[in-house]
Amino acid sequence: MKALTYEQAMEQFDPVFGIEVHVELNTATKMFCGCANEFGAEPNTQVCPVCLGLPGAMPVTNEKAVESAIRLGLSLGCEIRESSRFARKNYFYPDLAKDYQISQYDEPTCFEGSLDVVLDDGEVFTVGIERAHMEEDAGKNTHKGGTGGIQGADYSLVDYNRGGVPLVEIVTKPITGAGARTAEVARAYVATIRDIVKALDISDGRMEQGSVRADVNLSLRPKAAAGEDQDAVPFGKRSETKNVNSLRAIERAIHHEASRQAGLLLAGKPVVQETRHWHEDTGSTTPGRSKEEAEDYRYFPEPDLLPVEPSREWVEELRGTLPEHPAKMRARLKEEWGFSDTDMRDAVNADALSLIADTVAAGAAPQSARKWWMGELARTANDREVALAELPVTPADVAELQGLVDAGTINDKLARQALEGVLAGEGSPREVVESRGLEVVSDDSALEAAVDEALAAQPDVLAKIQDGKVQAAGAIVGAVMKATRGQADAGRVREIILQRAGVEG
Amino acid sequence: MGEIDTNRRGVAATRLLPMSSLERADVARLAALARIDMTDEDLDRLSGQLAAIVDSVAKVAEVAGQDVPATSHPIPMSNVHRADEVRPSLAQDAALSGAPEAEDGRFRVPQILGEEA
Repeated sequence: MKALTYEQAMEQFDPVFGIEVHVELNTATKMFCGCANEFGAEPNTQVCPVCLGLPGAMPVTNEKAVESAIRLGLSLGCEIRESSRFARKNYFYPDLAKDYQISQYDEPTCFEGSLDVVLDDGEVFTVGIERAHMEEDAGKNTHKGGTGGIQGADYSLVDYNRGGVPLVEIVTKPITGAGARTAEVARAYVATIRDIVKALDISDGRMEQGSVRADVNLSLRPKAAAGEDQDAVPFGKRSETKNVNSLRAIERAIHHEASRQAGLLLAGKPVVQETRHWHEDTGSTTPGRSKEEAEDYRYFPEPDLLPVEPSREWVEELRGTLPEHPAKMRARLKEEWGFSDTDMRDAVNADALSLIADTVAAGAAPQSARKWWMGELARTANDREVALAELPVTPADVAELQGLVDAGTINDKLARQALEGVLAGEGSPREVVESRGLEVVSDDSALEAAVDEALAAQPDVLAKIQDGKVQAAGAIVGAVMKATRGQADAGRVREIILQRAGVEG
Repeated sequence: MGEIDTNRRGVAATRLLPMSSLERADVARLAALARIDMTDEDLDRLSGQLAAIVDSVAKVAEVAGQDVPATSHPIPMSNVHRADEVRPSLAQDAALSGAPEAEDGRFRVPQILGEEA
């Protein structure tokens, strides 16, 4: 059986896809108990009888998590159910101490929404949202022995710190009509969700840490004959690729699955409805458990929790707190800042938009703010392998730094040194300029002395200048800059040289 | 065993189907899902007993008219929430004290076969 390229697969088949995104909320505590919701603590130190599922422990919903779920639902254009409830999803796996996960089933809090997704070329694609519901995260397994993977492991170790952390799961309706742009739409959809949860400040939205995780469903169906309605063609069997956890991986997983399924179908073989594991290293998927045998979760209403019935007043109040849709905000900022398409796209991809916005708000010109974040700071973040926002420098620092440049206190070169000091934890830009003595030498007498010294050292250059070869002054400027360790204002130095040589600039 | 019917107004109801349909195969499947080992004799005996229990419960559905909404909570209460404030957790030792085996501050469990991570 020959593997097809994604493009070949898309020429022969019509793709239908769906995405489930899990968003980990950034509440202070877990969904149903007061244990801290914080990444990176010692194992099993953020656990209690409730999230360990000890007998008699009773869960109580976290009001902030409910609020976050409703705000997210409203941002996705969902209706908010007047009465929703939790359900138990029963299955045995050691990452769940209770042997069931508290989720929502027949009455999710948010349902029937739609989200406009803007593609790179500006085309808008509308994705239907089936539901967004609340649930709890599971603990973390570490497989020991064997190869370290689950197959052949001798035993597993479980840390329940993450067990019970609040999640919102967003489920799309089947998405049709994207054709060859399916991978692009899928990527843009998840990117938009990530941007929305960050703008709402309900999650840190960091895919690399698993705060936003995606499962990708894909099926292929024959293309309708010319003049026939594509929507009348029944869906094919789908695969569900689990835990695709970067934007690039989402595109790659769709490319891989489309190619794989097209190869099977063209060879007359069936596509099996199953979950598949994503392998980042090889860009491929392998089968997990098959759906029919595993997916009997025997959901039933959670008797320990009462229904969630948000008042209409509260919902409307929360609607009033929603931030601008990220795509609209981008269009507005691009206009206000006068950025090119490339500037804007680079800033978005580098996660620099809000940093630039905050720097502008702190008083810097948009182009200056962009220059720092996308230049020096982007390079530093890259070298240190951290996100821009993790650098020990704030938008206010950057605005202050640029302010010092604008005021002529330091030049660009000194500003880079000052920034180095800020990144090294030496204090604010102003403090670093003072402590490192970085100010531009604007004291004319000091500059005059330096110029005189340089002219005396190179009498031939002085003669040339006096001969009218004004460009020869560059050598003296260079010497003075060197002598002042770059702290001189080059323009002023040049004026002094010409003055000393008795030549008018 | 049940059927979910959801409409867009946010009203959902789980209604039991007539339950004379509980068969031996259903009991065997439930036992497997619940990880309970059952002998053939267990299955024969329990499918009869469970069918009787389910049939008795189903009588409730017969008495409830259309005017009685399906409910999962008998007490008319809702919105019992907790403020998002951190409370002390258990110490690691205490958390692991009931574990048959522990290692590196984690619960140690037997190898997991036939299922996914």
